[in-house]
Amino acid sequence: MAHIAYRDALGQAMSEEMRRDDKIFLMGEEVGFYQGAFKVSRGMLEEFGPMRVIDTPITEAGFTGVGIGAAMVGLRPIIEMMTFNFSILAMDQIINNAAKIRSMSGGQFTVPLVVRGPGGSAARLAAQHSQSLESLYCHIAGLKVIAPSVPKDAKGLLKSAIRDENPVICFEAQALYGTMGEVPEGEYTIPIGVADVKREGKDVTLIAWSKMLLMCLRTAEELAKQGIDAEVVDPRTLRPLDMETILNSVRKTNRVVIVEEAWPYAGVSAEIADRITHEALDILDAPVERVTGVDAPIPYAKNLEQAALPSPEKIIHAVKKVMYLE
Amino acid sequence: MTSKKPPLIEFLRQMILVRRFEEKAAEMYALGKIAGFCHLYIGEEAVAVGAIGAANPDDYIVTAYRDHGHALARGLEPKRVMAELFGKATGVSKGMGGSMHLFDAGKNFMGGYAIVGGHIPVATGIGFAMKYEKKDQVVLCFFGEGSVPSGNFHEALNLASLWRLPVVYICENNRFGMGTPVERSSALYDIAHAAKAHDMPFHHIDGMDVIDVYNQMKKVIEGVRASKRPIFVEARTYRYMGHSMSDPAHGHYRTKAEIDEQKKRDPILTLQQRLLEKKEITPEEVSKMEREIQDIVLESVEFAEKSPEPPLEALTEYVYSK
Repeated sequence: MAHIAYRDALGQAMSEEMRRDDKIFLMGEEVGFYQGAFKVSRGMLEEFGPMRVIDTPITEAGFTGVGIGAAMVGLRPIIEMMTFNFSILAMDQIINNAAKIRSMSGGQFTVPLVVRGPGGSAARLAAQHSQSLESLYCHIAGLKVIAPSVPKDAKGLLKSAIRDENPVICFEAQALYGTMGEVPEGEYTIPIGVADVKREGKDVTLIAWSKMLLMCLRTAEELAKQGIDAEVVDPRTLRPLDMETILNSVRKTNRVVIVEEAWPYAGVSAEIADRITHEALDILDAPVERVTGVDAPIPYAKNLEQAALPSPEKIIHAVKKVMYLE
Repeated sequence: MTSKKPPLIEFLRQMILVRRFEEKAAEMYALGKIAGFCHLYIGEEAVAVGAIGAANPDDYIVTAYRDHGHALARGLEPKRVMAELFGKATGVSKGMGGSMHLFDAGKNFMGGYAIVGGHIPVATGIGFAMKYEKKDQVVLCFFGEGSVPSGNFHEALNLASLWRLPVVYICENNRFGMGTPVERSSALYDIAHAAKAHDMPFHHIDGMDVIDVYNQMKKVIEGVRASKRPIFVEARTYRYMGHSMSDPAHGHYRTKAEIDEQKKRDPILTLQQRLLEKKEITPEEVSKMEREIQDIVLESVEFAEKSPEPPLEALTEYVYSK
């Protein structure tokens, strides 16, 4: 297996799919000549040319809407958001058009569109560039939402997203682009809607995705030193959610901590916690705990940014709480 | 470019159909058979009929929430449009869309959209696909003058002009965005000049005169097909009714005298008068046409009434494609 960066896994997924199907194109700010703001589309302009790797002006609503219209008549657009913070400008297009055209046309038109790009906090980007907006898109019927955490999943899930007949939102944590991982040789896909147990354990289930998944894996090693054996479940897909894998883990451990970088209010972790509570109350040994960001815009100051986000310490605290060790 | 004469009798028939259909829709709304929002096109018929009449059947039509006229002009079945207004399974969008979301894939009728200006980038994307796939179809994108100040409008026109996409942007300037007249919502009174900002050619057409709409649109559409460059058209028209059914035709933001003045240029009556004067149609033929249209409209109501409501499974059936 090749050991490659998350950004390159995404780039491979797009390039392989574009070689397979000439209806697929990539559109976004600086995806072409600049090779992508985060270098995900490196080499693609050279290979596919400017009709298929398309630099846009800084107009998210406009070019996302263009992708939607193109998808309605048979093309398969990949729209790159330079960051998901900018997708807010295209939310009307994504929510009112992409998510609803199939439904409000009585199934006559589909919108096979991928909207992808970086999200979440990185190093001190301040309030408008540090947001984790997954729950906003997860709320919308008609969309699918994926959030891969490792290069292998990023490639396999993005390929599935590109082949999906529905609009798929792909969150790529900005801080993950440089992370490395094993990616299988040859053709493979990972189905949308299937979670993955990233670490087996018996004492507590940690549920997290994207960057927080990696934090949970590190924290699980720390917990192991303290004699606590954590299982780490990566939903990989946030809508639809693979409850079966999650519940199988909960049946093993009877204790759950969900870690989400975003704000707590109406977050994805609240949805998962609710479903676990309703589907597995009798096997829970403690209330489901959520570790989330602080309910405030993320500040610039280093100490405050750190305080605003989940941390291994907060996760360990929550784990001990569900184990009645604190 | 064709020099075919406009099929004026057919245009008269279509305009009368749109009007009688909508008068009946208003009646059905008052009876509670139609609910939700219902935005009537009465007074503006010449724009849809003339413009769509000038397009090829496989050119794409994208429009907004005031879409009954465009749907009927494109040849969507009146009974299936009425059934959609009734929220029935036999409707053009299977009862899922209603008045503001008429779709017909088989007729390249790409839908009515109900966020002001939100469909303009979508129409531009269909134009993008025509360029990408080297096809000859053009896209007709209809919107009101109320969309012109919006970001979606400007973003889409910039992209279309920058990338040379085959889209005809047709602004139906009916003078009012909801209840606010254009002079209180747009810094540009001459709306067509908005195209200048995007280096796009523009034309004014008389949206109360179906002959002017057809003749100019014929040239515009063929020009776009040949040049693969977008064009902006402002059709000056007038809506007789309120913005929606909750809005009186006059009272809040305009006077009855103003509407009566506009009705002197009624697109149907002026065409009818012209055809009678030129003896291209007889009064008997007009009466016969009216009766036939009345039958079509009554049949559409009967069909809609008798049609079943969508099955409960439809609630989730169309959310995701398998």
